[in-house]
Amino acid sequence: MNISAQATHTNIDDDERKRMFRRRLDAIGTWCLPLLVLVFTLWFWDRLVVWNEIPHYILPGPGRVWSTLVADWWLLLDALKITMQITLLALLVAVVGGVGLAVLFSQSRIFEMSLFPYAVVLQVTPIISIAPLIFIYVDSRLAGLLICAWIVAFFPILSNTTLGLNSTDHNLRDLFRIYGASRWQQLVHLQIPTSLPYFLGGLRIAGGLALIGAVVAEYVAGTGGIGSGLAFTILEAGYRLNIPRMFAALLIIAVAGVLIFLFLSLISHLLLRKWHESAVKKEQ
Amino acid sequence: MSPSDMASAHDASPVSDQSQEILLRVDSVGKVFGEDVIALENMQLTVNVGDFLSLLGPSGCGKSTVLRMIAGLMEPTSGKINWQGEHGSGSIGVVFQEPTLMPWATVEKNVWMPFRLQGKSLRAMRDQIYNALNLVGLDGFARSYPRELSGGMKMRVAIARALATNPRVILMDEPFAALDEITRFKLNDDLLALKEKFGCTIIFVTHSVVESVFMSDRIAVMTARPGRVLDVISVDQPYPRSGLFRTSAEYAAYCRTTSDALQRSIVTAG
Repeated sequence: MNISAQATHTNIDDDERKRMFRRRLDAIGTWCLPLLVLVFTLWFWDRLVVWNEIPHYILPGPGRVWSTLVADWWLLLDALKITMQITLLALLVAVVGGVGLAVLFSQSRIFEMSLFPYAVVLQVTPIISIAPLIFIYVDSRLAGLLICAWIVAFFPILSNTTLGLNSTDHNLRDLFRIYGASRWQQLVHLQIPTSLPYFLGGLRIAGGLALIGAVVAEYVAGTGGIGSGLAFTILEAGYRLNIPRMFAALLIIAVAGVLIFLFLSLISHLLLRKWHESAVKKEQ
Repeated sequence: MSPSDMASAHDASPVSDQSQEILLRVDSVGKVFGEDVIALENMQLTVNVGDFLSLLGPSGCGKSTVLRMIAGLMEPTSGKINWQGEHGSGSIGVVFQEPTLMPWATVEKNVWMPFRLQGKSLRAMRDQIYNALNLVGLDGFARSYPRELSGGMKMRVAIARALATNPRVILMDEPFAALDEITRFKLNDDLLALKEKFGCTIIFVTHSVVESVFMSDRIAVMTARPGRVLDVISVDQPYPRSGLFRTSAEYAAYCRTTSDALQRSIVTAG
């Protein structure tokens, strides 16, 4: 409900007025407080560098990072393109693989019992320790990067979607049986819609993980030249003590991660806003 | 056949119609869960076409188990459910204690579900779906989502879905138990009116004596584990039954008889 519409109402008691005031404060605080923290942090960072006369090859000030960002923009953008390409491709493969495997698991207990433990093993083994092996056995650098990013990203999709597919209302399941639904119909009309919110939750996690996977894999792969991503840019800048560029690349990775998360949240919201409690606007 | 055709085909009220065509027989049915939990033992029950039959009994007496077996969701350990006449999917409508709607689908799509599973399109079934919604008093809510409806309205959607396929029998498993009394009474009245119009058979599981007396032609009182039918009480009161029936002396007498039977069923089990 609209706050200003409530305010024009004449008989609001003190208690209600206080609550409205608090709510408005909350609304302002959600946006303003993080901004305030950001401004303060930038100021403090800047002062720290100036007061202590820290050389820029140890810690550049925010202004210098910004000017590097602008100066190296095209270089960084090219690197970002490569990293994003791997991230999105890995996310796509993770969705296809994770959902496909989850559907397989939901259709066959034997499959689930035999394979699920290995999916867990793959997930809990740190990618940074698997990656060198992958680059030994896989010739194509792109394929190696993709495999690494995929390993990290697919598990939340697999586990969430499996959970969702197995979370159907048992009465609805009975009803489908009574009306003679085939396994396929049960899957398409009951299990998949039920699992959608779970899947989308997994997807949001996987988006961030795919980026992490892509960056970590590139660190390990380490080869330079044309067509290397942001992680290699950071490595290379580190060797050359170009710390401002390291910061600029880091900033871009962080922003990319946030954008991926926001984009996936938007998709999730659009798909669920009509019916799911998590997305439906509270009307009180 | 559309619901309105059905109504005209069954013009005579089922009570005055003494032909008593049998719909199904529960024939010496027993059910054992695991190795030694005897849920049902030698249960006998005949359901006639047009019956409003209540299954009444203490909790754990296997009422729902019988219903699940009639629905074909469970096989009896011994005995058989004998259907008379043609019987296939779509012959049975079910209403559970919860409305059991698909939250991601609108009201019309929820009612469409049984047809959709038979490969019929929403457009082809639109008249039948809207007719069913109209019967339960939900005109204008076809495009709403379940979460926008009250508990009673959700229940009406579930009833519409059960009615829409023109089933031979509707199985109801304590359908109104979770609703408040005012909503329940209203739904009781409306369900009776619907049954009058439709002439379909209803098997109604309840643990409420007053509800079973108000609604039923016959009440099968069941004993607790192992469950079987202790007594069948006929409520020889004409339909439609109005609120007046709720305050009549006969009603009180039926309630007493039924309560006594229920009391005995508990003692028998104890």
